[in-house]
Amino acid sequence: MNMPVLNEIKKSLIAAIWFMFLTFPIMVIKVNTITRTIDWRWKNMMYTGIGAFFLSAVWRYMLRRKEKNQNALEKEGLSIVQKILQVKTFSIPATVLLLIFAIVFPHLFSMHQTNIMISALIYVMLGLGLNIVVGLAGLLDLGYVAFFAVGAYAYALLNLHFGLGFWTVLPVGGFLGAVFGILLGYPVLRLRGDYLAIVTLGFGEIIRIILENWNEFSFGPAGIANIPKPELFGLDLSLSAKTIYLYYIIVLLVIFTVFVINRLTDSRIGRAWIALKDDEIACQAMGIDKAKTKLRAFALGATWAGMGGVVFAAKTAFINPASFTIWESVIILCTVVAGGMGSIVGVICGALLLILLPEYLRDFGQFRMITFGAVLVLMMVFRPGGMIENVRRTYQFKTGETNDIHS
Amino acid sequence: MLELKNIQTRYGKIQALKGISMHADPGEIICLIGANGAGKSTVLMTICGITPASRGDIFFKGKNVTHMAPEKIVSLGISQVPEGRRIFPYLTVMENLDMGTFLRKDTKQIKKDLDYVFHLFPILAQRRHQPGGTLSGGEQQMLAISRAIMSRPELLLLDEPSLGLAPMITRQIFDIIRKINQENRTTIVLAAQNANLALKLADRGYVMETGTITLTDTGKHLLANEAVKTAYLGI
Ligand SMILES: Nc1ncnc2c1ncn2[C@@H]1O[C@H](COP(=O)(O)OP(=O)(O)O)[C@@H](O)[C@H]1O
Ligand SMILES: [Mg+2]
Repeated sequence: MNMPVLNEIKKSLIAAIWFMFLTFPIMVIKVNTITRTIDWRWKNMMYTGIGAFFLSAVWRYMLRRKEKNQNALEKEGLSIVQKILQVKTFSIPATVLLLIFAIVFPHLFSMHQTNIMISALIYVMLGLGLNIVVGLAGLLDLGYVAFFAVGAYAYALLNLHFGLGFWTVLPVGGFLGAVFGILLGYPVLRLRGDYLAIVTLGFGEIIRIILENWNEFSFGPAGIANIPKPELFGLDLSLSAKTIYLYYIIVLLVIFTVFVINRLTDSRIGRAWIALKDDEIACQAMGIDKAKTKLRAFALGATWAGMGGVVFAAKTAFINPASFTIWESVIILCTVVAGGMGSIVGVICGALLLILLPEYLRDFGQFRMITFGAVLVLMMVFRPGGMIENVRRTYQFKTGETNDIHS
Repeated sequence: MLELKNIQTRYGKIQALKGISMHADPGEIICLIGANGAGKSTVLMTICGITPASRGDIFFKGKNVTHMAPEKIVSLGISQVPEGRRIFPYLTVMENLDMGTFLRKDTKQIKKDLDYVFHLFPILAQRRHQPGGTLSGGEQQMLAISRAIMSRPELLLLDEPSLGLAPMITRQIFDIIRKINQENRTTIVLAAQNANLALKLADRGYVMETGTITLTDTGKHLLANEAVKTAYLGI
């Protein structure tokens, strides 16, 4: 046994003793009010101690390993997943396989599974949209669900009052999302960080509360039912066929989203977002309009939420304000952060994982938010860049190496 | 070319500039010297509209630009290399340069300018796909200057281009500044604490002290001035 290991064990031991001490009143002492005696449950203390020691040891071991991994990574530059993504001989077959799987999915699995997948893909779209705002432009938006609600209600109401169909409302929903994005973006242009987060959070709640209370407009908490699914050339499709059709629509929309966002990241606007996040003054010196660039991020991010909302309304056939609470915003944000801010593949994986896992671990459902919280905390400690870190972010800035060229 | 008339700029309650008047003729190199906190950076920031003036007027090519937005001013032909370089660390050298052309659409001319920049600083061509944050201090300064001239400015504002650089690199950079000035007739306003080199380079200089201009003369005369010598040249 070498010194570091002993040292770690010592630290874990101290942590265990602390824990035993802290939990002593609740774990050990039990007052029996009837016989007026005290039960001393020393066994519990032992369990606490052993448990705390064990967890602390695991925690320390993981931290150590992370440090080691990072040193190894610095040498290699990119992680394995990132390499696979970048090397064409891997990425192309992988994409093709994924596409084939996506195409046959509704025929292999039940309608129930297809429905779950549709929701997951809606979240992928939302995650990708929010990724523009949070991941690329660095604007922490906690009211993103508001744009989702705008899209959903746009379809429900336009269909109810004017009989407009899915395909007509889809771009309208995207457009309305963008309009609301600008509406929110404009007043918060000067805000940063925490302040921005709080105001956007408020905005999200305002939209939900309006929907809940403006009965004449949105039918309040009762919501709107019988929202039709998209039609296919006026054919009379069965419910399952309609679901499969909707599934393909959302698959195509996700592909479209990925395509557009990929182009955006590689465009001048995308780079301006990244630049603006790093240094506003330098951007202004380059003639980048701060306000316009940020508004564009808000608008473009909200567009996807608006379209996602239309699909969501079509999928559930019934919407009410309860579907658009702050928790939805939080979940979408979680998928972005856990997946890897700024990374398209990361966000897709994050959304699929965070949405599908709770669906399949139903019993676990009530602990969903706790699990999200725990996952996020663990992520921030062990993989601060998300599951699949954005390549841009993985460059190691070492000055020593390049400095000596000139001086 | 450029004229400042009684410019006052404030940061909240702090008045950083207390009435600055100066001018620059086409093709001139002007140098601002002064101790830390004298207001040199603020003058440059005010010219390009990032910290707008509260009083006074700024004319550029006869136009009043005092209350214009920074992006409008940049589009008129003013470009700044801010203090501390402020390149974009996560963007590559090429992408950094591309940000310099943000307002331009003339793709062909941009390509030519890119060649010109790489001709001025061949090291940048070698590092074109490297993220800006991985460059050395000197290379970052070169990148910052290149990024600024990618917007084809008629007036180039340089804020402490020698800050934290080895003497040899500083000299190299000052040589290139002169070259840019001579080859393109770019007017240059340069803020510097390292007054010696800057005054040698400059046609005229302004000496600043706590938000005011206390002295102005040709570069040569300022170099010979006893007061300047003791205060800023450390002789
Ligand atoms: N962002 C700012 N906020 C508040 N005060 C500032 C800011 N920038 C500069 N100042 C103040 O303005 C004065 C001039 O600063 P500056 O223009 O940076 O001087 P110099 O570039 O000559 O060192 C100083 O007193 C400084 O403290
Ligand atoms: Mg300064």
